[in-house]
Amino acid sequence: MTDLTSLTIAEAREGLANKSFTSLELTDAHLAAIEAARSLNAFVLETPEKARDMARAIDAKIAKGEGGPLAGIPLGIKDLFSTRDVRTTACSKILGNFVPPYESTVTSQLWRDGAVMLGKLNNDEFAMGSANETSCFGPVVNPWRREGSNTTLVPGGSSGGSASAVAALLCMGATATDTGGSIRQPAAFTATVGVKPTYGRCSRWGIVAFASSLDQAGPIARTNRDAAILMRSMAGHDPKDSTSVDRAVPDYEAAIGKSVKGMKIGIPKEYRLDGMPTEIEKLWSEGAAWLKAAGAELVDVSLPHTKYALPAYYIVAPAEASSNLARYDGVRYGLREQGRNITEMYENTRAEGFGAEVRRRVMIGTYVLSAGYYDAYYIRAQKVRTLIKKDFEDCFAKGINAILTPATPSAAFGVGEKAGADPVEMYLNDIFTVTVNMAGLPGIAVPAGKDAQGLPLGLQLIGRPFDEETLFSLGEVVEQAAGRFTPPRWW
Amino acid sequence: MSVDATTVRRIAHLARIAVTEAEVPHLQGELNAMLAFVEQLSEVNVDGVEPMTSVTPMEMKKRPDVVNDGEIPDDIVRNAPETQNHFFLVPKVVE
Repeated sequence: MTDLTSLTIAEAREGLANKSFTSLELTDAHLAAIEAARSLNAFVLETPEKARDMARAIDAKIAKGEGGPLAGIPLGIKDLFSTRDVRTTACSKILGNFVPPYESTVTSQLWRDGAVMLGKLNNDEFAMGSANETSCFGPVVNPWRREGSNTTLVPGGSSGGSASAVAALLCMGATATDTGGSIRQPAAFTATVGVKPTYGRCSRWGIVAFASSLDQAGPIARTNRDAAILMRSMAGHDPKDSTSVDRAVPDYEAAIGKSVKGMKIGIPKEYRLDGMPTEIEKLWSEGAAWLKAAGAELVDVSLPHTKYALPAYYIVAPAEASSNLARYDGVRYGLREQGRNITEMYENTRAEGFGAEVRRRVMIGTYVLSAGYYDAYYIRAQKVRTLIKKDFEDCFAKGINAILTPATPSAAFGVGEKAGADPVEMYLNDIFTVTVNMAGLPGIAVPAGKDAQGLPLGLQLIGRPFDEETLFSLGEVVEQAAGRFTPPRWW
Repeated sequence: MSVDATTVRRIAHLARIAVTEAEVPHLQGELNAMLAFVEQLSEVNVDGVEPMTSVTPMEMKKRPDVVNDGEIPDDIVRNAPETQNHFFLVPKVVE
């Protein structure tokens, strides 16, 4: 029998349906892989007993022909999703041993459809980071290495555990969240497919909040088809999230393999940066050529406010974070540090519980919202955000179906390499992805090639609101042309 | 714009994060690096532009004003660091 962990979700679904193996066998294979890959630090909590219980229960259902679209498929869950009776920390010391008495809507839909939970995945603390180095459980290791080198590379962030685990065949797919690029950047760094859905497509209920007007949940998987399968279960209206959209969930998988003939693909000139590595430039032209060969039409477009997206993001996101994270006060859950009075108790708890990056962002957010600075910073950033969204609207109004860009300005870098005194250097990682969050659009990162050192590189496709299907069709064209990439196993 | 040491201490207090004197210069440098980075927004012409309030055009949904949850005090206090019966305990606030 082939190694069960190397199957795609689509292949495993078939194997389970024709009784080639059981979900328990599939789950056990993944639990063994997780145990053998602890050096990657992708999981912060393994839940083998729960996984086996869930697998046995779903096997019984499959035997009766019941199942569900994800019946028996073992998944990893980013530790930002609340899971009932299973510790959820957002990888922050301040949540301590928080055990939610409720389940996030997105994960509850995965279990409704028959998926099996293997455990909780590492991420940047409160999803604030682009290298998975801010987690209180320590950095995640990218299964990819430069050819002929033992240097430990980051998997990107904040969904670094999700990307690393999917790339290293520790789970068949994973949940992730994306506020400025946290699904697409790690997907690009690990040769996985990452989807950031349209704002409102997936419920945010039960997901630890970072920046509520930007946060969206989405899947990381090894193929476009697998990502489409997961998306169908994750998406959908939820009365418990007032920003969740009441709109039918399409069969995303049906978009895989659909012709892209006649589609207009925008190539935005503002994404061509000075000093961009020639490899990224080459990958981008290659991707465009593949889409053209599949019958799409390439159109030069302009998104004039692109360069302002990242600075505007670093006002809006910290502002929302400072307000969302006010709840961590040592009273209702998580860590408490004593103080001589209640204010000191709050201050000591938050100084001890939050890591350096979170403290910095909460402070900058507090500053831009404070009296006298609110208009100059926050309101101005929200106006710029309106302009960024309008750039895309103008582009789509001209008949553009999707926009093709590089996913990241570089391949994965070394652990600690960008931990210098200037936080902005790390923030520049999200330069191509953050516009999508600011405009609330869907985006997908698809593996498209490797750099000279053998590290994976990804392309990003940006779609019209609620047109994830077009992204899956185009992503599949790239996948068929570029092939799939699996890291050689060294761990 | 940039922040001085006094402002850093004031922001830290507003954010309810204890900051030691030794941390202030470092934090000041980091916050000023971020402020320098966002400074480029001042070159954008935003005359007559509405600030964004909702990224997807949608009407605020309302639900019936009825009790639809509750009677779960054990769940509510189960993760709290200090409780008594079904109350959260905090340091004394009123003398």
